Amino acid sequence: MSDNYGSIMKEGLWDQNVVFAQLLAMCPTMAVTTSGTNGLGMGLATTVVLVVSNILVSMIRHTVSSQVRIPVFVVLIATLVTVVDMAMNAWLHDLYKVLGLFIALIVVNCAILGRAEAFAVKNGVAASAVDGLAMGLGFTGALTFIGLIREFLGAGTLFAQASNLLGPAFAFLEIKLPGYGGALLMILPPGGFAILGFLLAGKRVMEQHLAEKAAAQAAPVAA
Amino acid sequence: MNFESFREKIGYQPVLLGVIALLASGALAWASAATSGAIAAAEAKDLRDSLSEVLPQGLADNDFLKDTVDLEKSGKTVTIYRARKGGAVSAALFKVAERGYAGEIQVLMAVDREGRTLGVRVLKHAETPGLGDKIEVKKDPWVHSFEGKSLGDPAPEKWGVKKDGGVFDQFAGATITPRAVVKAVKGGMDFFAAHKAEIIGG
Repeated sequence: MSDNYGSIMKEGLWDQNVVFAQLLAMCPTMAVTTSGTNGLGMGLATTVVLVVSNILVSMIRHTVSSQVRIPVFVVLIATLVTVVDMAMNAWLHDLYKVLGLFIALIVVNCAILGRAEAFAVKNGVAASAVDGLAMGLGFTGALTFIGLIREFLGAGTLFAQASNLLGPAFAFLEIKLPGYGGALLMILPPGGFAILGFLLAGKRVMEQHLAEKAAAQAAPVAA
Repeated sequence: MNFESFREKIGYQPVLLGVIALLASGALAWASAATSGAIAAAEAKDLRDSLSEVLPQGLADNDFLKDTVDLEKSGKTVTIYRARKGGAVSAALFKVAERGYAGEIQVLMAVDREGRTLGVRVLKHAETPGLGDKIEVKKDPWVHSFEGKSLGDPAPEKWGVKKDGGVFDQFAGATITPRAVVKAVKGGMDFFAAHKAEIIGG
């Protein structure tokens, strides 16, 4: 693994995207992406935990023997999430009232253990922090995107209640499609799986197309 | 012996696990102690805000946070806040709880002396975001549908969601959540009716 932060960012945001490439964290993905705002909130909360957990795991990586690393990381992440939960409840109470629903779900997010295991345990602290940030932002982007599609098809709105999460200044994000009742299926879990399936297929088609184009450019013109 | 090989010894691993568990418990205990005061204060502020939210303006001229009476309700103590106007109790405010889809839903309600609901707010819940959380007033006006209802209006068998033949709407995709809230409010009305003398007499 490298210390090339640019490529770490690219891995997290696209090539190894938690949702679209690794297909990890399906539980929070399906549960939370009923609206763009919820997806964004869950993504941001997860990003914070992911960065801190990657830093901690990277810091103790030489002390932990490989046989007991999994229980050590699980205890570490569970503790971290609980502390974040309590600290937010105490000092960021208004934000907690909005995001509090999601914090408990982060414990069951296997992407955090996944990054500890796949990256932080083998890399330095700075690189691990960047990886956590990249993976978190990739996750946030994916959740927000799926959430927006499901919300639009299911309820006919975009970023509903965004001002609750981000403050009244962001009320302009909220769009309501007039006269559209919504297709409830899209809000329910089956709709989530269907949307995710279409997005995955779309990503593959796009990547295949890009690869063909790259191959055509690399080939000698005379051929 | 260097650290690398020492790290692989069987004896090292339980010690390491123990130390990590100890550190984690220590961190949790410290965080809990450091935050409990602020959390309690924040929840008290929430309570004060929601109390004045369920109580229509002009019904109280006393500090109802101080005017309380504790009553038993199925083994638990319920604190009732009494709003007074000109000395007489004009409304009673109290918390009720019912099991929802995911954990307990805590509901705060205000009842006037004739037993009519003045206002209902959900204080705390863990229902599904996007589906069950429409019980929050800032996401959906649904909880306003309780206002003005009493035990006789609608009739007892109509105190349910529409799916169960009642008068209250359920949400598309979430029936258990509103059902629990209706049950909680109904339970609160029964409770008020059973203890009316103690609440407004005292």
